[in-house]
Order: sequence, then C-alpha cells, then structure tokens
Amino acid sequence: MTTMIDASSLPAAAKPGRRSTLLQRQGVVVALLLLILFGAWRYDDFFGLYNIMSVLRYNSMFALVALGMSFVIMTGGIDLSVGATAALASVVSAGLSDIGLGAGLAAGIGAGLAIGLINGLAITRFRLPAFVTTLATMLAARGLALLISGNQSVSVSWETSFTDLGGGDFLDFPIPAWIAIVAFIAGSVLLNFTGFGRTVLAIGGNEEAARLMGLPVARVKTLVYVLTGGLAGLAGVILAAQFGAGQPTEGQGWELFAIAAVVVGGTLLTGGMGSVGFTLAGTLLLGLIFNILNFENGRGDFTLSAYWQSVIRGAFLLIVVLLQNRLARRPT
Amino acid sequence: MQELEVAAPRRRRGLTWPWRGGPLAGALLALGILVLFNLIATPHFTSLQTLYVNLTQVTTIVIVAVGMTMVIATGGIDLSVGSLMAIAGALAPLIFAGRLFGMGPGLLADGLAFVLPVLAAMAFGTFNGWLVARFRIQPIVATLVLFIAGRGIAQVMTNGNLQAFHNASFYALGLGRVLGVPVQVWLMMAVVGAATWVMGRTLYGRQLLAVGGNEAAAQLSGLPVARIKIIVYAVSGLLSGIAGLIVIAINSSSDANLVGLGMELDAIAAVAVGGTALTGGRASIIGTLLGALIIQLLRYTLLSHGVPDAAALVVKATVILAAVYLQQVRRAS
Repeated sequence: MTTMIDASSLPAAAKPGRRSTLLQRQGVVVALLLLILFGAWRYDDFFGLYNIMSVLRYNSMFALVALGMSFVIMTGGIDLSVGATAALASVVSAGLSDIGLGAGLAAGIGAGLAIGLINGLAITRFRLPAFVTTLATMLAARGLALLISGNQSVSVSWETSFTDLGGGDFLDFPIPAWIAIVAFIAGSVLLNFTGFGRTVLAIGGNEEAARLMGLPVARVKTLVYVLTGGLAGLAGVILAAQFGAGQPTEGQGWELFAIAAVVVGGTLLTGGMGSVGFTLAGTLLLGLIFNILNFENGRGDFTLSAYWQSVIRGAFLLIVVLLQNRLARRPT
Repeated sequence: MQELEVAAPRRRRGLTWPWRGGPLAGALLALGILVLFNLIATPHFTSLQTLYVNLTQVTTIVIVAVGMTMVIATGGIDLSVGSLMAIAGALAPLIFAGRLFGMGPGLLADGLAFVLPVLAAMAFGTFNGWLVARFRIQPIVATLVLFIAGRGIAQVMTNGNLQAFHNASFYALGLGRVLGVPVQVWLMMAVVGAATWVMGRTLYGRQLLAVGGNEAAAQLSGLPVARIKIIVYAVSGLLSGIAGLIVIAINSSSDANLVGLGMELDAIAAVAVGGTALTGGRASIIGTLLGALIIQLLRYTLLSHGVPDAAALVVKATVILAAVYLQQVRRAS
C-alpha cells in the first residue's frame, strides 16, 4: 500500500531499520572521502604532516563537544549550553593555570560537570524541556564567564605546563588530538559495550518503555548531561591552552556546530540510534571545509573571504541531509 | 493524546484573554510585579521616555517571536530568524544606495528597499518550510542550514563591512512617530493584532494547531499539512525580514555580523515564558507579547539598578526556567 504519511511523521510507529540506518550514515563517509580526495588532488601540502597535525589540533575541541552532543541526542534530548560552558571552563581553567596543569584541567572540567549536573537535574527532576533548560543554562554560563573574567580574556600562565594541553605534542602527535581520540574510543566502548550505552539508546527509542522495563532512566539521562558538560569543559580547557587565554565570549554557535556534526554523522535528532564514530567523521568534514578554503585562498586563483566558510558549511549540511534523506528512503 | 484537546471549540475564546484567568495569569502577574517594583524603586520610570526606550527595544523581539510562536505551534522551530534578519538588513542599503540595481536615490528605490528584502527573507523562510514539509527534515536541522549559511550570505553580500547610511524613509521607520507613538511600535501592534486574529478566528489558525497537536491525525483528516507548514515558515521569514529592517533603521547602519545575532534564542525564550508549549499544538500570541515584555523589563530593571549585563544574563536564565516550571506545574494540576 502506498501510504500518504511518511514514516518520519510517525516517529513512534516506524524507526528506520538497520539497512536504512547504514545508508543514512554513508552520506558523511562518502562526502568526507570526496573532500579529502579533492584536497589531496588540488593542493600540494594538503597531505603534509604539518597540515594534518594542525587540522587535528584545532578540531579536537569541536570533536569533544560533538561527542557529548551525540550522547544527548541519542537520548532524544539536546544541549544548547555546550558553547557557553566551554567559554566558562576556559576562563576558570585559565585563572587557575598558574597553580599547574592539573588544577587548570580539574577546574575547567569541574565547571563543565557542574553546568551539566544542573541541566540533568532540571530535565529529570523538574521535567523541564531540554531545549529550554539548556537555553537558560547557556545564558547563565555565558553570564558567569563574563562576570568571572570581568568581560576580558584571562591570560594563562606560561610558567606551568598548562599550555601543553593545547600546543604540546606526545609521540609527535598533538596532545589535544590524543585527548579527543581517547575520548572517542571511551565513548564508543561506553555506547556499544555497556548497560549505560544500551540504556541511552533505549531512552531515545522509547523513554516510557525504557522506564517500564525498569531501566534507570532519570539517572542515565542526568549522567548524559553531566558527561556532555564535562566534555564541553574539557574542550574549554583546550581552548584556553591553545590560544593562551580564557575566552569568555568564545564558543558562540558551538552548540549548533556540534548538532550539525552529529546530524551530518547520521544520528537522528529523534534519538534511539547513533554512532560516535560517524560523529567524528561529521566533525572532520565540517572542519576540513575551513581548511580547504584556506588552501584555495593560498593558491590565489580566486579569493574567497572567510565569510564563505559558513555559506559552504551550510550548503554541505544541506547536501548531506538531503543525501541521507534520499539514501534512507530508497529501500521500501 | 491529550494534545487533541486543542481542537475543542471551548478553547476558541476565553483562554486567549488574560483577565479571564487563563494560563496567562502568571505572566501577567509577573509583569505586574515588575512594573510595581519599578514604580517604587526606579527613578523616572513613569516618563514617556522610559516607555519608548523599552518599547523600541522590544519591538523586533516581539515581531520575530510572533512568527516563532506560530512555527512552534506546528511542533517546529525556526533557528534561522536572526540570519534572515541579517540578510534583509544587508540587502536594503544595497538597494537604496544603488549598489545592487544601479538605481538612483528616490522614492522608488526606497520602496524597493523595503519590499525586496522582506520578500527575500520570506523566500528563504519558504525554503525552510519546503525542507521541513517536502523532505520531512526535522525543523531544527532544516533551519540550522540557514542559521549557518544565512549570516554568511549576508556577510558575503556586504563583504562583512558596516554599511552606514542616511535615508529619510528608513529614518522614519527607525525614529519617526505617528500620533506620538514610534512607527515600529505601530508595526508591532499590527503584527500582534493580525496574528491574534489568524490564530483565534481563522481556519488556518485552527489547522495550524491541529498539525501541531497531532500531525498524523491532521493528515488523515485531509488537512493540507505540507502547505500549512510551508506557509508558517514563510510567515516567520517575512516577519524576520521586517525585524531586520527595523534594526538597521534604528541604527542608521547595517552590520551583517551583528543584525539579529542571537535573536532565535530571545524569540524562543519569549515564546516559552509566554506559555506556548514547545511541543506544539498550542499558541498564545498575547502570551508571547507578555513574555517578551517581561524579559525586556527585567533587563531594563537590572540595568537601571546598576546590575552588570553579565549578571543580568544569569537572572534572565533563572526567570526563564522558573516561568517554564510554573507553567508546567499549572498544566499538570
């Protein structure tokens, strides 16, 4: 029978099957490979060690934020506060960086965990909608960051090893990229091989059913927001370490960038399914666009201002989403 | 499905009007307390000057938030409003300064500078609606595309430069008054009035709520769901375009980097404080007006008592959460 109503308008009735899920994710991999091939073909230094390292170093912050966002979205929620949380964490960690690397790191992550805990409790205990809750904590975290820093960037201490977190190398590989890789492996294990991960997906699939099955819905949801806050905090620490200052006004629009990366990675915003690996691919895809724009300007055939970056990113988001839509629909 | 109750005729009147003790009573009370506090504690609060300062600052938020209310009533959301404001704001000076069509200054150029940017924003809004309705892309993702790309388009058009201008028509829109009331406030009242009428008294308004209440049921009962949705995003785009023009008219300059920045969040906050549930199926235009007024007056109160802007953000966040929590308790009881 040809149905008038598309499956996606009946989220509870029809979740995409395994096959369409796979197809949905291929969009990002295809696009990423094409972009890398294009870069390697067109620009000499694209595959140079320096370029690869700096792309990884710079995008590790966004990857961490997007990782947390994947978990939140898989539960069917959303977290708009991550960018402001990262800004707050960067200010706090920069302020304590003269004590040492550990103090700065702990302070930044701690600030993130605190914001995440507020989000989680407001959403589970007071049953406030995630969108409004995290919108409010976004404002609050931004306000706190500005208050603590006195509306100015807070320079980090160069006496301690704090700046290694942003600019340092370990085994000739950027430390922030190590952090992101470890976080993604841990996230993948958490999602695929633990009860926590299964509960996350169960909540996103059908929260009521998960509750009736006796799963600890409230606890897991709270933990997911705490985790996301902590990762945003970590991203803020790396931001401060990389740019040598805590930046109270940084991080604007990070939340939407992270959502875009997650969506491009094929995770549905309705929750219940998803993959952290594809989120990483989504982050790299959006990050590479900026990199390729730089190279294109370097060639000098024609110049595209930095403003084109967002136009192209938006266009890519559109293409990938439409592509996923087509790929996922074809098998009937 | 409890949302279905939106279709019940008893909602038709009564609950839209705050003085009958509907869901707006809380918002009205909060606004009343704020006004009372200011009457006692803020010097010069009763001056016409204060009223106009607050009204002109709130008009653009109200105009955008009215469109947002209607979008949210269908169960959607529109993140692109700020970017569409930037596009409209970038286009208008290009037109009346003759950089776009090589047109000399004059009434025709001014007229086009009002109409074309608004139509452009409406076209982008239609594009949003098309993505949502025809491709069934989730509204938050569909409008995220233009949230990211839209400001870029505005920046590319102007090369990111500030466009300062002197234009009599736009001066009138920004600072002119009719019967002692700023032009933009008239505009705001017209938008609020029209939207209240559409939501309360027209078939389209009922259909819109039906789509938000239960989309599958609306589709099965033969409503043109896709068209209803496309129209609502087009309206949201149109209103964003108007708001963009007002912002550049007030400033006598257009900066694509700043026009409408963060507007989506202000508008959503006004809608949420005004009692429209983000899940769709309900809409209160007057509530949104009250929500925007509360947030604006709160900010004014804090600023006029020397509280720094950063701390005002924290207070604003608390108020938004408290308002939404109280509405929830109310609905549950």
